[in-house]
Amino acid sequence: MSLMAEVGQKAFNLGVPLAIHLDITYRCNERCVHCYLDHDDHGELTTAEIKDVLDQLAEAGVFFLTLSGGEVFMRRDFFEILEHARRLMFNVKVKTNAVMIGVEEAERLRGLNVDTIQISLYSHRAEVHDAITKLPHSFERTIKGIEFLRDQGLRVTIANVLMTANLADQAGTQKLAADLGVHYTLDPTITPMMDGDMGVLALRIPGEELREVFRNSALVPNQDEFCAPPPPPTEEDLEGYSCSAGHSFCYISPYGDVFPCVQFPLPTGNIREQKFLDIWNFSPQMKEVRSIQARDLTTCSSCSHVASCTRCPGLAYMEGNMRGPSTADCEKSFYRTGVATANMLRLGLEKPLSGAPRIPLIQIQPAAEVGALRG
Amino acid sequence: MSEKYIARSSAIAARMLAGEMMVMNSADSTFFTLNEVATAIWQAADGHRPLSRIVREDVCEKFDVDPTQAQADAEHFVAELASHGILVVSDHPIVANPTPAGPTR
Repeated sequence: MSLMAEVGQKAFNLGVPLAIHLDITYRCNERCVHCYLDHDDHGELTTAEIKDVLDQLAEAGVFFLTLSGGEVFMRRDFFEILEHARRLMFNVKVKTNAVMIGVEEAERLRGLNVDTIQISLYSHRAEVHDAITKLPHSFERTIKGIEFLRDQGLRVTIANVLMTANLADQAGTQKLAADLGVHYTLDPTITPMMDGDMGVLALRIPGEELREVFRNSALVPNQDEFCAPPPPPTEEDLEGYSCSAGHSFCYISPYGDVFPCVQFPLPTGNIREQKFLDIWNFSPQMKEVRSIQARDLTTCSSCSHVASCTRCPGLAYMEGNMRGPSTADCEKSFYRTGVATANMLRLGLEKPLSGAPRIPLIQIQPAAEVGALRG
Repeated sequence: MSEKYIARSSAIAARMLAGEMMVMNSADSTFFTLNEVATAIWQAADGHRPLSRIVREDVCEKFDVDPTQAQADAEHFVAELASHGILVVSDHPIVANPTPAGPTR
């Protein structure tokens, strides 16, 4: 086990909030088709309130701090917040679309020793990226921002959310990241809107194509291991927990609401009304999340995938039961291994249920077709 | 032998977890956890007090250690952290110390 993993396990066992994701705004200059947020400002935390939260988080033992949104640069006080965070010696990761990052911003981020800048990029083709963000010229501006940050020596990661609209462009986007000399990650998870609207799930990539993603050696180098049928779960597996949500990680919204995770909208308290540590330590909801072991899961506890599934309790919660299956993760487990999940067997399904009917929200031609048309 | 003065680098992130200090340098993602004695030295690294005095006042007076061994261990520890850019070392007091206040927990 690496030293970092050891520290993570220690924090998990002690119930220390080692990592926090803090959205400082939901406002954004882009309108991404898959975004789950309401971008109107309903009363964001003030600069002073955010600084107070950061003080409390440092006191609570938080080490890894992710500042995100919305678009963080929509707040004019972003650098004031970041400076305060670094003064408190957090390891800071910033998530941004980089549209508003010029040379000056990149230099300031470098000067503040930000650990990582994660930038959303959905395609190597401007027309595809801009159609997803709905912001004209966003591709060009994001690429420039990435170059400014890279030239400062900052650690930059391109994060590509894989969906129906950009599935055909995955390899091209990965190559673009390599050409730019930055890291690349992708995530095929599309999350329901925070108000519960499931319509956006129509963008999730279909299961058969998910199988192809898992069998792409450029994305999954250890395929034999990754796609192997799950071994029978052990007693230790059944005593385990789904993830770090509520154990050593939580999420704070721009309005001060504290949740177990970014995609786990179970309200546990608000830092405008209570101290962070009071919510973290004593919230009944946080305690309930913390108490759920694999053996307590309805359906999933009897599933052969229980030890290896990426089951997200937040997505399960949004489907109605935080102890129940998460359809998206059932899909991933099935298409990764070819082995039916307990939820599929319970429902008598040959293939996993999809989260929502797939209605295309935007129409973008795959790269090959565009090429053919041009040719 | 000349005195050594030590200060925490402004590039680092740090936090105490269960009595051990976690320290990370964002430049190269070097990650350390410091034991109790090393944590005491690291927290005292304000650029003003010489290392020998830090060892005497913050290590020998608080932990059951041999002074000579403690000084040798401290110099080794300081050299290692300095090689990763986590501590700044100078033969003179580091007056314009950019170091943020060390976390107390």
